[in-house]
Amino acid sequence: MKDADPSTNEREFLLAALKDGARIDGRKFYDFRTLRLTFGAEYGAVEVQLGNTRVLAKVSCEVIRPYTDKPTEGFLMFNTELSPMASAAFEVGRQTDEEVLVSRLIEKAMRRSRALDTEGLCIVAGEKVWSIRVDIHFLDHDGNLVDAACIAAITALLHFRRPDVTVVGEDHTLEQRNPVPLSIHHIPICTTFAFFNNGERMVVDPTFLEEQVKEGDMTITLNVHKEVCALSKAGGIPMEIDQILQCTKIAVVKVAEITAQIQAALEADAKKR
Amino acid sequence: MASITTEQESELLIVLPGDQLPESGLMEDSSAAHRLTLGPGLAPMDDDSITAVKAGILKHNAVGNRWWVESNQRRYVAAQGESIIGVVTGKTAEHYKVDIGASQPALLGVLAFEGATKRNKPNHNIGDSLYCRVSMANKDMEAELECMNPTTGKADGFGELKGGFIIKVSLGLARRLLDPKNLVLRLLGQHIPFEMAVGTNGKVWVNSASAQHTILLCNGIRNSEYLNAAECVAMVKSLVEKM
Repeated sequence: MKDADPSTNEREFLLAALKDGARIDGRKFYDFRTLRLTFGAEYGAVEVQLGNTRVLAKVSCEVIRPYTDKPTEGFLMFNTELSPMASAAFEVGRQTDEEVLVSRLIEKAMRRSRALDTEGLCIVAGEKVWSIRVDIHFLDHDGNLVDAACIAAITALLHFRRPDVTVVGEDHTLEQRNPVPLSIHHIPICTTFAFFNNGERMVVDPTFLEEQVKEGDMTITLNVHKEVCALSKAGGIPMEIDQILQCTKIAVVKVAEITAQIQAALEADAKKR
Repeated sequence: MASITTEQESELLIVLPGDQLPESGLMEDSSAAHRLTLGPGLAPMDDDSITAVKAGILKHNAVGNRWWVESNQRRYVAAQGESIIGVVTGKTAEHYKVDIGASQPALLGVLAFEGATKRNKPNHNIGDSLYCRVSMANKDMEAELECMNPTTGKADGFGELKGGFIIKVSLGLARRLLDPKNLVLRLLGQHIPFEMAVGTNGKVWVNSASAQHTILLCNGIRNSEYLNAAECVAMVKSLVEKM
C-alpha cells in the first residue's frame, strides 16, 4: 500500500505557515525534534526517538577470516530494514528507493568516513578478524529516518563492547576479561534539510508531512571537528552555493549539540552499569 | 475471566482478546427485555458464548443492556453511523474514492450530498477533505460513505472542509474529543476562538483565524492525550504564554 498523499488542506496550510515563519509542530526552522536515547540491557543496543520517529540499533560481532588482499582489516556492516512496523507503506522483502537511499547514506557516513578503526579489529593477520554488524530497525516512521538511523548507529557503536581475546600461537581464546570498547575515531552526525517555496524556505529535521510536501532535500554529515564526511542531495530543486554553505554552518551547530547529548547519555549509562 | 458480579460504573474490568464473558453475567440486569446489544470489541462465537476480541475496559450501559470494550488503537476500522474525515483519492463517474485511514479506501456516491441530482452535484477534486458519515460498513468490504443525514436529506454539517489543518490522533483520543465536556477543548477555547471537526477515524480538522493559532491548537490537542486535568491546565497555560 502506497502512502496516501496529504490532503490539499494539509499541504496548503503547511506552506502558508512556513511563509508566516512557523512550522506545523510549533518548532523553529532550524530546530531538531526532541531526541531521546534509551540503552538496552546489553552493550550495543540503543533505541533512538526523534519526535515520533523511532529507530533501534543493535551491534553484534563475530570472528571471521579476512580478505586476502586486506589481511589486517576487520569488517563493519550495516543492515537496515524498513519493515511494515514503521509504516504501512513499507513491504517485507521489497526494497523501496527510500530504503536504498537510507542504507547507502548510512554506509557513506559511517564506513567511508572511517569512523571505526577497522585495523583495530584484527586478531591474527590473514586469519582472524572481528566482523562488526549493526542492525538498524525502524520502529516508527514520522520523517527523517536518516538522521535518526545515523544517531542510533553511531551511539550503538560507541556503546558496544566486544569480547577481549588472547592469542596463543595461531589460536585465540575468549578469556574472563572485561569486554573492550571499539576504537572510534570520530562521531559523524547527519543533518537533513528540506526545502520549500523554490528553496527560499528551509527546515531542519523534516517530519513525515514536511517530507511529503518538500521540493527537495539535502543531508550533510559532519563531525564535531567540522569535517564534512558525506553530503547527499538526491534530486529536488537546484541550489545556490551560498545556501549549501549556510546549511553547513547550521549543521555544525546541530552536530555539536547532538554529539554532546550522545556523550552525556553514554556517560549517564556508564555510571548506572 | 473474572466473574461479572456488580455493574457499578466505577469498577474497571479489563478484558483481553479471547476472554469469554459468561452470558448469565451479562443477562443479569436485563429483566425487562431479554436482549443484549454488543458493541465494539465483543463478538458472539459459534457456541453462543461471547468473547472479547480486543484488549480494553469492559463497559456497560443498562439502557438496552449494551456491552462494549473501550480500547485504544491507531488503525481505523469502519463502523456504520460514525462521522469520519476522509481525503478524496480518486474519482469515477459514480463514486469518489476516499481514504479514511482504514485498510481499504471507502466509496462515496457522487449523489450522496444534500440536494444533489444527476444534473446538479458538487464537484470535489483529488486531495479535498470531506467530513462524512459511514453509511455502510461490512466486514471485508469497502465501506460506503455519505455526506448527508439519511433521514432528512440535509447536509447537517457534513461536506467539504475548507482551509484549516488536519492532525492524526489515536482513535481513543478522537472519541474523547467528541465529549462535550472535554477539558482541553474548553481550556483552549477560552483563549482562542476556533472551529473543529472530529472524525472517529482519528483525524481532527482544526481551523482558526491565523496559522499560529491553529498550530497551537493542534499541539494542545495532541499533547493532551496522556495528561490528567491538572497537567492539561498547566500545558495549555504554557502553550498560550509562549505564543
